[in-house]
Amino acid sequence: MEDLIKFVESEYAQRRAELPDFKAGDTVRVHVKIVEGNKERIQVYEGVVIQRRHPNTNGETFTVRKVSGGIAVERIFPVLSPSIDKIELVRRGRVRRARIYYMRGRKGKAARIKELRD
Amino acid sequence: MTSIYGANGEVIPCTVIEAGPCVVTQVKTIEKDGYEAVQLGFGERKEKNTPKPLLGHFQKAGTTPKMKLVEFKEFEKEFKLGDVVRVEDVFEEGEYVDVVGTSKGKGFQGVVKRHGFAGVGETTHGQHNRVRAPGSIGASSFPSRVFKGKRMAGRTGNDRVTIQNLRVLKIYPEKNLILVSGSVPGAKNSFVILEK
Repeated sequence: MEDLIKFVESEYAQRRAELPDFKAGDTVRVHVKIVEGNKERIQVYEGVVIQRRHPNTNGETFTVRKVSGGIAVERIFPVLSPSIDKIELVRRGRVRRARIYYMRGRKGKAARIKELRD
Repeated sequence: MTSIYGANGEVIPCTVIEAGPCVVTQVKTIEKDGYEAVQLGFGERKEKNTPKPLLGHFQKAGTTPKMKLVEFKEFEKEFKLGDVVRVEDVFEEGEYVDVVGTSKGKGFQGVVKRHGFAGVGETTHGQHNRVRAPGSIGASSFPSRVFKGKRMAGRTGNDRVTIQNLRVLKIYPEKNLILVSGSVPGAKNSFVILEK
């Protein structure tokens, strides 16, 4: 009955198709809708994708890490969340792992990721 | 289980339940059975795996053999023998249902998991191997026995469990699916009863 879950999740298939194909190591720009009172505005959050969890399910999330003013920030977004306006792929990174937790221990020059060229 | 997104972007965890088509296999009446109820059958079953008396029961209702038969008292709507009950006939989006199922078996478990005991004392200060122990199970020479029903370790799970007030998020009439918020008892592909 796994296919029944797939049937329910297929409603989000179109939204999934609109997303760029990104993975750990890539730099992305996430446009987040923020509701203040009754006004809605869009905030841009740019950083490196650390991981994608629960792939190909409705509960799929991704973690974006950025260092702002010397303080590292990690935000977790649900991939299909309606509060995400769009996701832009800025740069592809060459990493050998699906979850690059080792980036947390690095700063400065060591925290660079090579660009993936094909 | 899966999840859907609400209007404000919140994640709603939910469970997909195939709720039909059910067939009315028997209508019990006060004159004949002493009480009123509707018996519904769900799920296909091979004829060769069905006991002969049951086969006759299904023939009377004019249907193929069904896997599960469940009786429902105080059914809102009137149904005749052999009627097909579909999800949209019974449930509506936004209403609340109770889900009855058999919880997953957990095997022989201690009192901490089984009854929510807190365990004994601390892990340090000379404490030794009593962390998840039940503690005292009664007094001494009086009553000189352990009271019946004393909560102890044992087989856990595989019980009939009712989860109350789960919201019906969505109904898919074409596939007879119903989407309820939260989790329901039992393993995947197990049978549950939906009550209003």
